Amino acid sequence: MLFKPVLLWTDGLLWLLLALVGLYAWRVRRREHLLQPWRRLLRSRSGVASAMILLAFVAVGVLDSLHFRLPLDKQAGAAERHYSPEVLSVFDLLVGPLRKQAEKTYSAPFATRLYAKETIELPDGRQLRDYPRLKYGGAHLSDPATQQAGDIAAIALQGGVWALVAGWGAALALVLWLARRRRVSPGAAWRLIRQGGDEIPWRTFLGTVAMLILFACLAAAFSAKYHIFGTDKVGQDVFYLTLKSIRTGLMIGTLTTLVMLPFALLLGIMAGYFRGWVDDVIQYVYTTLNSIPGVLLIAAAVLILQVYMDSNQDLFDTVAARADIRLLFLCIILGITSWTGLCRLLRGETLKLGEMEFVQAATAFGVGHFRIIARHILPNVMHIVLISIVLDFSGLVLAEAVLSYVGVGVDPTMQSWGNMINGARLEMAREPMVWWSLAAAFVFMFVLVLSANLFSDRVRDAFDPRMK
Amino acid sequence: MINYILRRLLYAIPILIGVNLLTFTLFFVVNTPDNMARIHLGVKHVTPDAIAKWKHERGYDKPLMWNGAAEGAQKAADTIFFEKSVRMFAFDFGRSDEGRNISYDIRTRMWPSLAIALPVFAIGLLVNITFAMLMAFFRATYIDFAGVVLCVAMMSISGLFYIIGGQYLISKLLHLTPISGFDGGLNAFKFVVLPMAIGVIGGIGAGSRWYRTIFLEEATRDYVRTARAKGLSELAVLFGHVLKNAMIPILTGAVVVIPLLFMGSLISESFFGIPGLGSYTIDAINAQDFAIVRAMVFLGSVLYIVGLILTDISYTLVDPRIRLE
Repeated sequence: MLFKPVLLWTDGLLWLLLALVGLYAWRVRRREHLLQPWRRLLRSRSGVASAMILLAFVAVGVLDSLHFRLPLDKQAGAAERHYSPEVLSVFDLLVGPLRKQAEKTYSAPFATRLYAKETIELPDGRQLRDYPRLKYGGAHLSDPATQQAGDIAAIALQGGVWALVAGWGAALALVLWLARRRRVSPGAAWRLIRQGGDEIPWRTFLGTVAMLILFACLAAAFSAKYHIFGTDKVGQDVFYLTLKSIRTGLMIGTLTTLVMLPFALLLGIMAGYFRGWVDDVIQYVYTTLNSIPGVLLIAAAVLILQVYMDSNQDLFDTVAARADIRLLFLCIILGITSWTGLCRLLRGETLKLGEMEFVQAATAFGVGHFRIIARHILPNVMHIVLISIVLDFSGLVLAEAVLSYVGVGVDPTMQSWGNMINGARLEMAREPMVWWSLAAAFVFMFVLVLSANLFSDRVRDAFDPRMK
Repeated sequence: MINYILRRLLYAIPILIGVNLLTFTLFFVVNTPDNMARIHLGVKHVTPDAIAKWKHERGYDKPLMWNGAAEGAQKAADTIFFEKSVRMFAFDFGRSDEGRNISYDIRTRMWPSLAIALPVFAIGLLVNITFAMLMAFFRATYIDFAGVVLCVAMMSISGLFYIIGGQYLISKLLHLTPISGFDGGLNAFKFVVLPMAIGVIGGIGAGSRWYRTIFLEEATRDYVRTARAKGLSELAVLFGHVLKNAMIPILTGAVVVIPLLFMGSLISESFFGIPGLGSYTIDAINAQDFAIVRAMVFLGSVLYIVGLILTDISYTLVDPRIRLE
C-alpha cells in the first residue's frame, strides 16, 4: 500500500457528525416548513457572509481530518512494510512546503534572516557574528536588503492575478448556476446578482467568496517564498501551525455538542414529559453538576485523565493517537459539564408542549409515550437544540484557549490556539519581542469566533418563533 | 421568609452530598491513591514502600468507604471518605498534598481575590448597564448598530488577549503599573488597578449586549407605550420604567456570581501574580495537588448555592409582588 489510513477517534466522530448534518439537510430539503427558517437566514447579509467564512474554516478542518501514515523506505530483507510514526493529513500534503520549510529557530514575518545572532563561517575561513540567512524564507534573493520590497510587490501581484482569475471564475459559475436555477438568461442573472434583486444577497456572497479567494491566493503565493507569520522556537512556520489549530478549535466546538446532545435531549425531554419522580431525579442531577464551577470540574477530570494516561502509556501507538484521545476526552468532559443548560431549556419547553391539545389528543387516542415523544415533542423542540448548538460554538472555541492556558486543555503536542498563546507568554518577555505567534492566533481566533457569533445571531433570529 | 431560606438551605444538603460523592468518586475511585502517589513520586522507579509511605503521610492508606477492621462507629469514620470528604461539610478542608493547611490558605488568600473581583463586579455592572442604556436610548439608529457591532467584536476576543495586551501596553510600554505582584494595605492599589480595568473591559462586550436585549424587550411593553403617551421624556421612561422592570433579569444574572467572586479569577490572578484563590487553584492544578482542587470544588458549589438563595431574596427587594413563602 502507498499509505496506511489512520482513523483517529475524533475523525470518526467528525464523519458521524457530518453524516448527521447530511441526513438533516436531506430531510429539510423536502419539507417546506423546515426550509423556511433557513431561507430567512440566507436572506440576511451578515448571515451569508459569516456562513461562507465558517465554511472555509470547516473545509480546512475536514481536510485536516483525513489522516494517514506514509510508508518508510523498505529495508532490504524486511518482509513487511513499516509506516512512519508521523500521522499526516490530506491538508498537510496540500500545504506541503509550509510543513517542510522549517528554519532553525524564531524568525519574524517576511524575514530573510534569523531572529538570533550566530557565528557564521565565511568562505575565507574568518568567523563573523551576524544574523544568518534563513534556509527558506527569501532564500531566492541574493541581496534581500535591496530586492525584498520589489520581490514582495511582484509576489503580491502574482497572487492578485491568481485571485482575479479564480474570482471571475467563481462569479461566472455563480451566474450560470443562477441562470439555470431561476430559468433566466445569464445576462439577467448577472443583473440579479449586481442589483440585489434576488431574495438571497448574492452580492455579499460573491464579495465574501472573493475575499476568501484573495486571501488564499496571496497566502499561497507568499508562503512558497516567505514565512507569512514568521517561525516559532523550533523554526516551524507559524502560519502552518495556526492553520492546523483550526481543526482543534472546530473539534472542540462541534464534538462537545455531539457528546452532550444525547444527554440533554433524552434527560430534558424525559423530565418534562414524565414529570413526577423522573423530573425530580433529573433536576437533582443537573443542579448538582451545575453547582460545581465548570473550570474546576474540567480541571479535576483532565488531571485524572492525565494520571490515567501516564500510567497506561502503551495503549497509544503514535503521539497523534495519544493527543487525539486527550482531545476526545476533553470534548466529553466539556460535554458533561455543558449539557445542563440545554437540558433545562428542553425540560421547560416539553412541560409546555405536554399541555398542548395535540399532545393531549395523542394521549387520548392511546398513542404510546415513545411515539408521542418522537412525533410530537421532538420536532417541536428542534429549534431550541439548533439555536443552542450554534450559540455554544464560539464559547467553546474560546474555552479551549483558556483551558490550554491553565494546563488542562489539549495535549501540549497538539497544535491549538491555546497552546500558541500559552507559548507566547514567554516569547513576549524576549527582547526584541516575539509577537507573531500571538498575532497569528489572535487573528484566526478572532475571525472564527466573530463569524460564529454573527452566524449564531442570525440563526436565533431565523429560528426563534418569538423573534418574528 | 426565614422559613423559606431554611427550606432552601435544607434543599442544599442533598446537592452538596451529590457534589461530594461525585468528587470522591473522581478523586479516589477512578483515580486511586496509588496512582496519585506514583505521579507525585515520579512515574518510574517507585518502590512500593515509598508509595505506602506517601499514602500513610496523607492518610490515603485507609479503606475507601468502610473500615471492617475498626470498632463501632469507627467502621465508618476511620475511612478516606469520612476523613477527606465528610469533614468538608464542617469546612474542615484538611491539609494539601504538600502538607499545608488548606483552610488557612483560603482565609489568607481570599482578600486579594476580593480586592480585584468586587470592584470588577461593581464597576463592570455599572459600565455595562450604562452602555446598554445608551444603546437602548439610541435604538434603531446607527449609534445603536455601531454599539452592537463593537460589542460582538469585543466578545469575540478571548479574555487571554485582553490580559496579555493590557499588561504589555500599560505595564511594559507605558510603565504605568508594575508588571505583576502584590502588596498589602494601600500599596495593593497599584497592583490591583490593571487587572481590575482589564476585567471590566473584557466583560463589556457580552455584558452590554445582554442588558441591551433585556432593555429592548422591556421597551416594547404596553406600560412603556403608556408612559410615553402620558408625555414622559424618553430618559424618564428608560430610568423610571424600563430599568426598574428589567431588574429581575439583571439580578438573575448578577447576584448568583457575587459569592463566586470570592474564588477570584483563575487566569488574571495567575497572570498578574496575585496571591488569591484563583492563582491558588491554578497552582494546585499544575502541581496536581488533588486535595486543594477537591476543596475548591466543594467551596465553589457551596458558594453557588448561596448565590441562588441570594438571588431569590434579592427578587423580593426589587419586586414587591414576589413573596418568599
